[in-house]
Amino acid sequence: MNRAIIDVAAPLVLIAVLLAGWEAACRIMAIPSYFLPPPSEIARAAISGAPVLFESAWNTLFMALKALVVASILACGVALVVALNQTLEKAVQPLAVALQVTPVIAIAPQVVIWAGLDHPERAIVALAVIVAFFPIFSGALTGLKATDPDLERLFDLYGATRWQRLWRLRIPSSVPFVLEGHKVAGGLAVIGAVVAEFVAGSGGAQGLAWRILESSNRLQTARTFAAVIVLAIMGALLHAALRHAERAILKRLRGR
Amino acid sequence: MEVASLAAVEVEYPGRGKALGPFDLSVEEGEIVALVGPSGCGKSTALRLLAGLEQPTRGTVTRTPGRGETSVVFQSPNLMPWASALANAALPLELDGIDKTEARRQAADALARVGLSGAAAAKPAQLSGGMAMRVSLARALVTEPRLLLLDEPFAALDEITRRDLAADIHTLWTETRPAVIFVTHNVEEAVYMASRVVVMSASPGRTFSVVPTDPALPRPPHFRTTLEFRSAAEAISRDLALSMGRAA
Repeated sequence: MNRAIIDVAAPLVLIAVLLAGWEAACRIMAIPSYFLPPPSEIARAAISGAPVLFESAWNTLFMALKALVVASILACGVALVVALNQTLEKAVQPLAVALQVTPVIAIAPQVVIWAGLDHPERAIVALAVIVAFFPIFSGALTGLKATDPDLERLFDLYGATRWQRLWRLRIPSSVPFVLEGHKVAGGLAVIGAVVAEFVAGSGGAQGLAWRILESSNRLQTARTFAAVIVLAIMGALLHAALRHAERAILKRLRGR
Repeated sequence: MEVASLAAVEVEYPGRGKALGPFDLSVEEGEIVALVGPSGCGKSTALRLLAGLEQPTRGTVTRTPGRGETSVVFQSPNLMPWASALANAALPLELDGIDKTEARRQAADALARVGLSGAAAAKPAQLSGGMAMRVSLARALVTEPRLLLLDEPFAALDEITRRDLAADIHTLWTETRPAVIFVTHNVEEAVYMASRVVVMSASPGRTFSVVPTDPALPRPPHFRTTLEFRSAAEAISRDLALSMGRAA
């Protein structure tokens, strides 16, 4: 059989088998649906709740994207400044690492308070920015420092100034690293947004996390599952879109 | 007139000992000198000293052409992968502050001289190894250098491509006759390219012998089959073997 068909069919078959087993187990063992709803019930909940789920997904995605843009500008800007000055790099590095290793959930409640309890969306964007910042910053900084030593020698030979080296060598060299950073940051921004929504726990920002909280509190487990599935699909689509953008940009840059 | 020279230069790297010297070399205006020697003898180091990319531990480097008048062609084409062939060739001029339009015009001219006018818009990944090397050569020639340093420029190319490129370098050389130092570990290439071949001993490199070759440049089409070519190549091979401590 054609390799491409197998590649597409294999995961689909596995998912179908798992779903069938799940459905059968729920029915045979008569598991109560608040505990574990069968896939068919989750599908019904997803279809009936589709308009609300899509709107919530869009809200979460929109905030994650806003955060990605802000994080991108901040991270690239800071990386650029830091790359020009070794002392500054040494000074900033521990702070950046601290920011990265601190679980976002630990600082979320305080950020929600700072943003103002009436503006959960601000807290959501801020927290998503915090988690999306590091991969972009780290990618950009690595890229700015990962120039080809042979090209560096060439720039030495022609007496390039610091600025010429930055604009013509270091920034273009960093592009693949920056793109990779964005790809990672995209997924993290969604996680950040969802965590923040959970902590904000308010109806003021009606994202997917809010739908999950709401239905889970009401023991509407099928709706919870439906929201989680939409969240997973959304994350996967965002990742695919960023990967596609990465490839397109690199192709344009390198001519193939 | 002497264009560049190394006088009793020595290069030592901390922890790795001496890499070169004491070594002397000088190149006259309009002369092509080849440096041959075993791997790691410091041929490329000598070239980097002349290019000003490295400083000697001891000894003196003299170079009359300024920075903008010295060009290097490295072992790999060393092109910016994100820039077109034209932009790559224009780089030295643009770094020198020459207006972009003028720099690109001169770069287009240089690309035409190396036979690549059709590939100006291509990115390095779209070029063959030989074409990429030609872009690298165009970039070196665009400044009309008085001193051209070639660091094993054919090492990564197949035999046909390297012969074509060697002949083309001679043709291009006749236009402005810069002083050329050509580093190689290929004896026949050295005889073909240069009118004087300096044989270096194993690391730390010193001059083992200097073998004059036929001074008529560029070479006639069947030069590689002539007696002069064969005898010079044999003399150099013998000296190389002796320099490595082997019987000829």
